[in-house]
Order: sequence, then structure tokens, then C-alpha cells
Amino acid sequence: MMDRYSLWQTVFIYCCIFIFLAFMLLPFVEMFMTSLRPMSHLFRSPYQFWSDDLSFEAYSDIWETVPLLSRYILNSIFIAASVTAITMLFVIPAAYAYARLSFPFKTASLGMFLAVNMFTGAVLLIPLYRVLRTLGMLNTYWAMIVPGVAFLIPTGIWLLRSYLEKIPKELEEAAFVDGASRLYTLRRVVLPLAVPGLIVVSVAVFIGAYAQQFLFAITFNQVREYQPLPAGLFEFVGYQEVVWNQMMAAALIGVLPVLLLFLFLQKYLIAGLTAGAVKE
Amino acid sequence: MAKTAISQQKSALSETAFAWLLIAPAMLFILVIVAWPLLETIRLSFTDANLGGESYVGTKNYEDLLSSRKFSQTVSRTFYWMFFSVMLKLILGLIGACLLNANVKGKGLFRVLVMPPWVIPVAIGCIGWLWLYNGHFGILAGIGQRLGILDGPFEFLAYKNSAFWSAIVTDVWVGTPMVTLFFLAAMQGVPVDLYEAAYIDGASRWYRFRRITIPQIFPVIVSMMLLSAIWTFNSFEVIWILTEGGPRSATTTLIVDTYKTAIANFKFGKGAARAVVIVVLLSLFSLFYLLVLGWLNKRMGSK
Repeated sequence: MMDRYSLWQTVFIYCCIFIFLAFMLLPFVEMFMTSLRPMSHLFRSPYQFWSDDLSFEAYSDIWETVPLLSRYILNSIFIAASVTAITMLFVIPAAYAYARLSFPFKTASLGMFLAVNMFTGAVLLIPLYRVLRTLGMLNTYWAMIVPGVAFLIPTGIWLLRSYLEKIPKELEEAAFVDGASRLYTLRRVVLPLAVPGLIVVSVAVFIGAYAQQFLFAITFNQVREYQPLPAGLFEFVGYQEVVWNQMMAAALIGVLPVLLLFLFLQKYLIAGLTAGAVKE
Repeated sequence: MAKTAISQQKSALSETAFAWLLIAPAMLFILVIVAWPLLETIRLSFTDANLGGESYVGTKNYEDLLSSRKFSQTVSRTFYWMFFSVMLKLILGLIGACLLNANVKGKGLFRVLVMPPWVIPVAIGCIGWLWLYNGHFGILAGIGQRLGILDGPFEFLAYKNSAFWSAIVTDVWVGTPMVTLFFLAAMQGVPVDLYEAAYIDGASRWYRFRRITIPQIFPVIVSMMLLSAIWTFNSFEVIWILTEGGPRSATTTLIVDTYKTAIANFKFGKGAARAVVIVVLLSLFSLFYLLVLGWLNKRMGSK
């Protein structure tokens, strides 16, 4: 049939997939291998692909070398979770308005939200620095949460809107006919039905928030205790003696929360994110 | 009759009010955190603001930029960087999507394995690349020496050219999964009967790809081109972690230059002028893209 491949074609496809995935996963493999090697062994030239004294020692040593490591990871999770919660508070009502209601300047205002995606924090850092200073938020968790929320609201609205559009309108209309107010309908009819969509959008926002912390953290926060993991680790790169195997171990530990979350929900996430790419 | 018209009008009015009530919080937040700083950036770009204070200097910052050879080099470097990075992302994304779309065993697993570079924080991925590029102990130099391509340790990030291309490779690594994912989703949305009809007519696989897949997913290709262009243009972390713009400015793009001027050297006014240049370039770019998209829609719609 059409989708059948000859043996050689299959072999060829597998080879290409292997090369493609090798490129995608190479840094992870290298990070893992590096984290297993003892420090003395790392700095051995010429390069050795395999050594027989691999151990997980770095994974236990790292907690002593970087006493704040667990703090960094918790900071990362805390900041990302706060960003997600606040973002969703703003996103849910707005997404509902764009999915269901018709009102003047609907397209224009949605366009304005999406235009935010054009800028990254880096362009707005200078005045943002001043805004945060005026609000007294510099060197606090807020310095990393507030800008994070602003840059995730547009994506959140966009994603959640397409979910809400799929909920049958008849249910809301039935609630209206029974005399329920708009807000009551939103709270008691629409939101319970949208729970799967809310979870997917929240996870997408969480991953985004976990990923974008670096820039805001190194710019708006000097307090080491508040630093998220990427910024905390980057500080060690600048040191004279970088303990690379432990660094890599720390990086891999720090990646684990989002990676697990993603693996768990990847099917729904991918479908949700690419909904706009597929015409129905 | 008249009564229902009035009540309809009333409910339409309250719908508008209700809608804006729902949007207002998000809108206000964006206005304070994004729109106002944007206006403030424009204002600052006409001042010599620094840590000490600020005073109006007219268009001096812009004149400085225009007459600076270094800055025009930075601009062209940024476009270079954007062009190559986006091209590679699109090509690799297309190849990757085709591979993952192939009907072979294990495709579900392969699709998951493509995603990690996108899921994890860019900064952490870059720290991994930092070690990969290490001349003495990184695996790339190791393989190069083993294969005889390199005759000794090679510091990828120490030379102008190799640092530039190393940064591009890392940026492509960060951006490709997303592009692949969107292309794959678009390919799966192409109606199967089109392929079947072509298959029965004896069209080869390559012909089907060229004449069915590409035209069908073309809108997604164009969208991904713009999105990647914007992301690449704004890509800061990759360069900052790998090279901080060095060696000898070889990887300094506009965004890195802006950051260095404004945040590292506290020249807020000069930095703001650079930020405004970025905003203008990005806006022009998006406008151009929208025009092309509109033109494409018109052409494809009239067929």
C-alpha cells in the first residue's frame, strides 16, 4: 500500500531519525556522561568516550558544593507556579470573552495582546527596571513573577480561547434561559467543562514560566536566596574552578520537574499547542 | 416587537460591557508592564539617562548610532544570524516532521524524544552546550580529533567564525523542536484522500511531497518563518551564556548589544535608542510578513 516502505527505505528512515534525534539529545547525553565522571577524569586529553570509573558521586556531592541548590530548585518551581496561578487569573476571563462574546474592537484588542509576543523582556528591560524599582519590587520574588506574567498572558489567552470555543454553546444558553447571570454561567457552567483545557494551558504556561526566568532573574534580582536554578547555576560558570561534573548533575536535577510534567501530559500538550496549525 | 428590539439592544450593550470587564484586568496588566515601558523606552532614547540622572539630548543617540560603523556591523550581523538560524530551523524542522510522520514502528517515542530541548529552560540547555564546545574535554572536539578533522584541541567559542556558527547551531537546537512539532501537526491535518488519489495516479513519494504536502502546509511554513524570525532576532540567552557577545563582538547581535549598553554599562539612554531600533525593525518585519500573508491568501483563495 501507500504507506509501505521497502526494507532499504525503512533502514534509511531509521538512520535519518537516529541522526536527527542524536542532534536533539546530544547535549543531554553529554551532560549525563559528564555528571558521571570524576573531576580528575574530566580534564583528560585526548578525549575519552568511555571510562571505567563512572559514578553517581557528583549527584550527592553537589548538595554540599552548592548549599543553595535545593533552594534554587524550589525557587524555580515557586516562581513558575506563582506566574502560572496569576497568569491564569487574568487569562480565564479574557479568553472567555474572546471565545464567546462579540463586542467592538474584539479583533483589534486581541491583536494587541498578540503583538506583545513580538517583544521579549530584553527590549523593555530599562524602563521595566524603573517600574519595578518604583513599585519596590526589585530584589524580591515579584521582580521575576510580574514580568513573567505579562509575557505569558497573550499565549495563555490564545491557547485557552481555542479550548473554550469547542465547548457547546447550548449549555450556556440553557443556563441563560433558566435566568442565570453571565458571571454565574461562566463560573458554574463553563469553567467545570473547561477543566481539561485549563490543565493543559496551565501546564504550558508553567513550562514557559520555568524556561523564561533567566533574563529577569539576572537583571532584576541580586539576592542569591531568591535566585531560580538557571541563574544560580550560571553564577558558577563564571567561577575560576568550575566543577563541571557537579554542574551537569545539578542542571539535570533541575530539568527533571518540567521534563516529568511534560512526559506525563505530552499528548494533550502537543495537541493543544498545535491546535491553531490544523484547520478543522 | 418594539419591546424585544429594546431588550435585545440592552443585552447587546451589557454584552459589550461584560466583555470589557472580563478583558480589563489582563489589558491593564499588559499596559503597565509592557505598553508603558515601551513608551518610556522611546522617551528615554532621546535622553542621556544613566545612573546619575537624565537630560534631553534630542536625536543625538540616534545620530551616534547612524554614524557608528560598529553599530551597522551589529545590525548586519543580526540579520545574518537571523537568516541562517531561521533557514536551518525551517529545513531541519521540515526534515524532522517528515521523518516523524513516516509510518514506522516507534514513531510515538521519537515524537516525544524531539521535545526536550524546547521543554527545558534555554539557559540550562546552553550550559550543556558550553561543555560540548569545550576545546579540550568536549565531545565535539573529541570526535573531531578522533576522526582526524581537527589535529588538536579546538576551542569552538574562542574564534570569531567558529563562535558565530556555534551560537547558530545552539540556537537551531533550541528552536527546531517547536518548528518540527508544528509542521508535523500541519502534515497530519492534510486530507489523506489527496495522497491516495495521487498514489493511484502513480505519483512518486517525492512528487506527492512537493505537490501536496508543501502547498497544503504552506501557511504554517510562513507562520513558523515569522515566529522563528522574531524569536531568533530576540534570542538573548543562547548568546549571553555561550559567549556574552564575544570574542571581539563576533556574536554581538542587536539584543545583546542593547543589554550590554543598558544593563551592564548603565547607559540607559543609549540602550533605549538601540531598543527602539529593534522595535522598529521587528514592526517593519511583521508588517511585511502580514502583507505577504494577505497576498498569499488572496492568490490561493482565488484559485
